Amino acid sequence: MRVTVRLFARLRDITGAAELARDTAPGATIGEIWRDLAREFPELTGYERSISTAVNADYARMDTRVAEGDEIAFLPPVSGG
Amino acid sequence: MTPLFAIGAAPLEVDRIAATLADAASDSADSDGAVVTFLGLVRNHNMGRRVHYLEYEAAARWPDARLALHHRVGRLEIGEASIAIVVRSPHRGNAYAACRYAIERVKQIAPVWKREFFDGGDVWVEGATANPDDEGARAEAERLACA
Repeated sequence: MRVTVRLFARLRDITGAAELARDTAPGATIGEIWRDLAREFPELTGYERSISTAVNADYARMDTRVAEGDEIAFLPPVSGG
Repeated sequence: MTPLFAIGAAPLEVDRIAATLADAASDSADSDGAVVTFLGLVRNHNMGRRVHYLEYEAAARWPDARLALHHRVGRLEIGEASIAIVVRSPHRGNAYAACRYAIERVKQIAPVWKREFFDGGDVWVEGATANPDDEGARAEAERLACA
């Protein structure tokens, strides 16, 4: 099953892409997708505890299961204002 | 038509944002006795470093409230406004508190990031974890707003 991963700020700098298409097993969790990504880009590993995540623009948890075509966003700690 | 909540690259015009909020709150506008506006500016120093400019990016989405809030993205020079908040209320106490609460919550949970360009380098500034369900963070924002 195919999902879209969106990355912001420093996470985007690390991966070199704002958006990545990824194939994953049916019923995969956001956490599994994150850990696959961290294996691919080891610099991401340190963010595991501080990132927030969203599915289709709604905040979600690392144990949320994703579906075909979902858009998963990984958000590093914010700094607006 | 100016929206109440917006993220964009254009310079912030607080008068226009205030006019939009007045229109949106027209059923109660005559009973409001206070309008509080807040502008956040790009500062020339941070953590002992001389800052040249900031670059903002965002993943859009805002909660609903009786207030207007615009955040700018892109490259902002020193002294430019990065955020404008306008709050209307019958009495100034609540308007000030709601305004302070809004800016504290933006800093805690709004999916906005700034990259600081200083003497000799640049860095993504990373503050709070953007978790809107963190009740401790929400209570802290309320404490600051009501101080």
